[in-house]
Amino acid sequence: MPEDASVTARVRQLPSGSATALRLNPREYADDYFAVLQAALRGPGAEAGSHTIYVSVTNPAALVWSIAQALDVPAERLSFVDAISHTMMSYRDPLPNATYVESPRMLETIMLRIEYLLRRHPATRPIVVIDSVNALAIHNPKELLSEFFHILVNNLKSRQVILLLMIVSEDTASDLDQLVGLVVDETVDVVRPRG
Amino acid sequence: MDTAAASSGTGAVVARGRTVTGIEGLDNILNGGIPRGSMVLLAGAVGTGKTTLSLEYLIRGAESGERSLFLSVTEHTAKLVENLATFEFFRSELVESGALVLVDLPDIYTRLGLDREELSSEEIFLLTKAILDLVAETGVKRCVLDSLTSVVYRIHRDEQIRDFLLTLSRGLNRLGCTTLLTSELASGQARYSTHGVEEAIVDGVILLGNASRRGDILRVLQVVKMRGTSHSRAQYVMELTPIGLLMAPHLKGNSPEGT
Repeated sequence: MPEDASVTARVRQLPSGSATALRLNPREYADDYFAVLQAALRGPGAEAGSHTIYVSVTNPAALVWSIAQALDVPAERLSFVDAISHTMMSYRDPLPNATYVESPRMLETIMLRIEYLLRRHPATRPIVVIDSVNALAIHNPKELLSEFFHILVNNLKSRQVILLLMIVSEDTASDLDQLVGLVVDETVDVVRPRG
Repeated sequence: MDTAAASSGTGAVVARGRTVTGIEGLDNILNGGIPRGSMVLLAGAVGTGKTTLSLEYLIRGAESGERSLFLSVTEHTAKLVENLATFEFFRSELVESGALVLVDLPDIYTRLGLDREELSSEEIFLLTKAILDLVAETGVKRCVLDSLTSVVYRIHRDEQIRDFLLTLSRGLNRLGCTTLLTSELASGQARYSTHGVEEAIVDGVILLGNASRRGDILRVLQVVKMRGTSHSRAQYVMELTPIGLLMAPHLKGNSPEGT
C-alpha cells in the first residue's frame, strides 16, 4: 500500500508542544488506520532524537508493534502504554517495550505511565499517540474523559510533546469531535487518494 | 536539602524551613515540602504504599546529603535492603556509608529488656529516650518509624500514647528531624490511627488509600493536615514505579460514576 503523503507530510510538520486530532473515516477505517500509523511512526517518530509513546486502547500493543515492525520502526524509538490487553484477556507474552494498564478506565494510570515513559526515554522530540479517543469513550463517561484530556493535553504541551489523538468520525458535530476540538490545536482529516 | 527561611524580627509572616521530600508530586502538594522538624502520620491500609513512600523519602534525603534513619518494627532490615533494590535510584553505598541507617526496633527492645507485651510508663520513657539518643548520635535529619501501629500495640492507655508521641515529637523537633510515622488502617476505618489519639498529636496526616472506579482500584494520596504550611487537600492518584512515586490528579468528572 503506498504511503499517504498528505497525512505524513502534515504530521511531519507539526511543531513541538502541539496537540493534533487525526480524524479517520469510519467507512475507510482499515486503510485510514494504516495511513495514520505510517504518518505517526514514520513521520516525526522516525526523526533523530524522537521517541514515540503509543497508547493503545483500540488494539493491543502487540498488534500495533507487528505493524510498526513491518514499517521498520526501531524498537528503541517506540514504547507502548497498552490499556486494552488486560481487559481483552489477551495479556500474554508481554512486549519488552510496553507497560500494561489493567483497564482503560484507569485514566490517571494511563497519564502516569506516559509520564513514566517520558522520563525513561528522554527525547528531544517526544511524541505521544492516543489510539483512540473513541476507544476511551467506550469505557469512560464523557465528563471524566473531558477532564482527562484537559489535564493530559495541557501537561504534554507544556513539556513540548507532540500529541496525536486518533478519532474515528465523519460527523464534525459529534460529541467526541466537540470534546476533542476543545483541547487540540487543529484537526487533520485523513484524506487519502480513494479508489 | 532545607529551604530554610528563618525569623525576620520584623513581624512579617516568615516561611518555615522545609524538608523537601524529593518526591516531586508530594512536594508540589505541600508547596515545597514538609515543614522541618514535623512529625507526620502516614496512614493507610495494607498495600497502599506507606513503606514505599517512606523509603523513597529517606533515599532521596540520603542522596541529597541528609542522613536518614529507618526504624523497622515488623520487617527485618536485611529483607528491606533487598526490596530497596527495586528502586532504580537506590545505591547500596548509601547504606554502607551510613547515609541511610536501617535499624530493627526489636533489637532496641531486646537491648532495653522490653520483653513484656504491655509497656509500662517507665519502659515507654526508656524507648523514647533510646530513639531520641539514636537520632542525636547519628545526626539524622529524616526518620521513619514503620510502623507506629506496632509500637502503640504495646501501649494500652491513651494518655501513655499521648505522652509517648508528645515527648518524641518535641525531641525530634528539637533535633531538626522530620519524621514519618506509618499507621496501619483497617479497610474502611474512619480515623487515621489505631487509637485516634495519634492524629491529634502529630503535625501532619497524609492519607493513603484505594479508590474504586467501577471495580478498578486506584492508589490515592491526600494530605489531610499539615501544620505550618498551606497545602492541597485534593486527592491524587499515585503510581509506584522503579523511578519513584509519580502522582496525577484524581479525576472526578461531573458524574457520580467518576469514582
